[in-house]
Amino acid sequence: MADKIGFDVVSPERLLLSEDVDMVVIPAEEGDMGVMAGHAPVIANVRPGTIAVFSGNSVQKRYFVAGGFLEVTGERCTVLAEQATPIEDIDISATQSQIKDLSEDVSHAKDEREKEAAEADLALARAKLQAAESPAYK
Amino acid sequence: MPSLKDLRGRIKSVQSTRRITSAMKMVAAAKLKKAQEAAEDARPYAERMERMLSSLAAGIVPENAPPLLAGTGSEKVHLLVVVTSDRGLCGGFNGSIARAVKARIKSLEDQGQEVKLIAIGRKGVTLLRRDHNHRMVEKYEELLKPAPAFEHADEVVQRIMRMFEDGEFDVCTVYYNKFVSALTQEVTPLQLIPFQMPESPDEEAGDGGGTGSGGGAQYEFEPNEETILASLLPKNLSVQVYRAMLESFASEQGARMTAMDNATRNAGEMIDSLSITYNRMRQAQITNELIEIISGAEAL
Repeated sequence: MADKIGFDVVSPERLLLSEDVDMVVIPAEEGDMGVMAGHAPVIANVRPGTIAVFSGNSVQKRYFVAGGFLEVTGERCTVLAEQATPIEDIDISATQSQIKDLSEDVSHAKDEREKEAAEADLALARAKLQAAESPAYK
Repeated sequence: MPSLKDLRGRIKSVQSTRRITSAMKMVAAAKLKKAQEAAEDARPYAERMERMLSSLAAGIVPENAPPLLAGTGSEKVHLLVVVTSDRGLCGGFNGSIARAVKARIKSLEDQGQEVKLIAIGRKGVTLLRRDHNHRMVEKYEELLKPAPAFEHADEVVQRIMRMFEDGEFDVCTVYYNKFVSALTQEVTPLQLIPFQMPESPDEEAGDGGGTGSGGGAQYEFEPNEETILASLLPKNLSVQVYRAMLESFASEQGARMTAMDNATRNAGEMIDSLSITYNRMRQAQITNELIEIISGAEAL
């Protein structure tokens, strides 16, 4: 296999992950982005979704991120995210009930602002559920 | 003249005070270490965000810059965010912040500008309430318990953002105690809105060329600079406020440690001098009694 690329996930509170990987696929705003060593420098928005860490040709680990930012330099790939949850740690039933609660919040929202906030949370919870139920890149 | 019994009582009470202050010093020292570690852990995120921001801002045309970066075009209403501690017994920590803020309010109002306040920390609320209660739009007490977390900063920033979107202020500045060392803190104003690039002012003058300064890499942007900047800037606010909170928290522990160290030492000195007085008095009393006995015996 070719060179490895350093892959970091940093949260405001600490460094969440730091490992050398063959390839990572990151859910950027305009489509998933595979990053390998020697990738052109990029700064991008990250949408909520699954980060897949590849070792060779198969996925080794998956993490759910709730959006953030991506910075790629020649030898490093850094995701700034508040959380990175390993997919297998997501509690599916808890997320489902969360979705239900949030949909109620959306319909009961008193004003625009509240509604928007609830809708954003709802979209996030849905993305999380989807990530947990149907992992990408089998 | 206090009696022997009074002196004994005083020595005892000072001794127990010393026990408390020295325990508080130990606790502060332990917390200080933790707070410093937290501040260090937060550094990678802040550094990368800063790097991204500076390469983004370098490539953006001033006309397209969002108001968070460019400002609202006026400087009429100032919002001051004051970060203090929830608990006292930390020397001049809160007092110096309050003094700086009060001076700032006065100078701004002398220039005919309006001031609004957000206080974080119970002590700040108490200190500013008397003179500036009507300027206080929001206060957060006991927010930073047991230690500052990013979500706390986010909560505050969301409030600030709402105000900004509603056009309630033009310039936002955070006042906090910057951690210099365990012994020294420095009251630091940090301007949040409009966002100011830390150091390297010549970078902005580089008229959109993005000439590879800072990191050297020339980035591609997806989807484009404006969109990323629009989501990066609010996040950066939270990071800045979070950093201010962490610094302030570490400073607080440092200040408390120093204050309690002094208190412990003072208590020790007081105990020494009280003990000397006590012993002297006791000796004098004994001598007196002896004289009485002896002169009584001689009289016989």
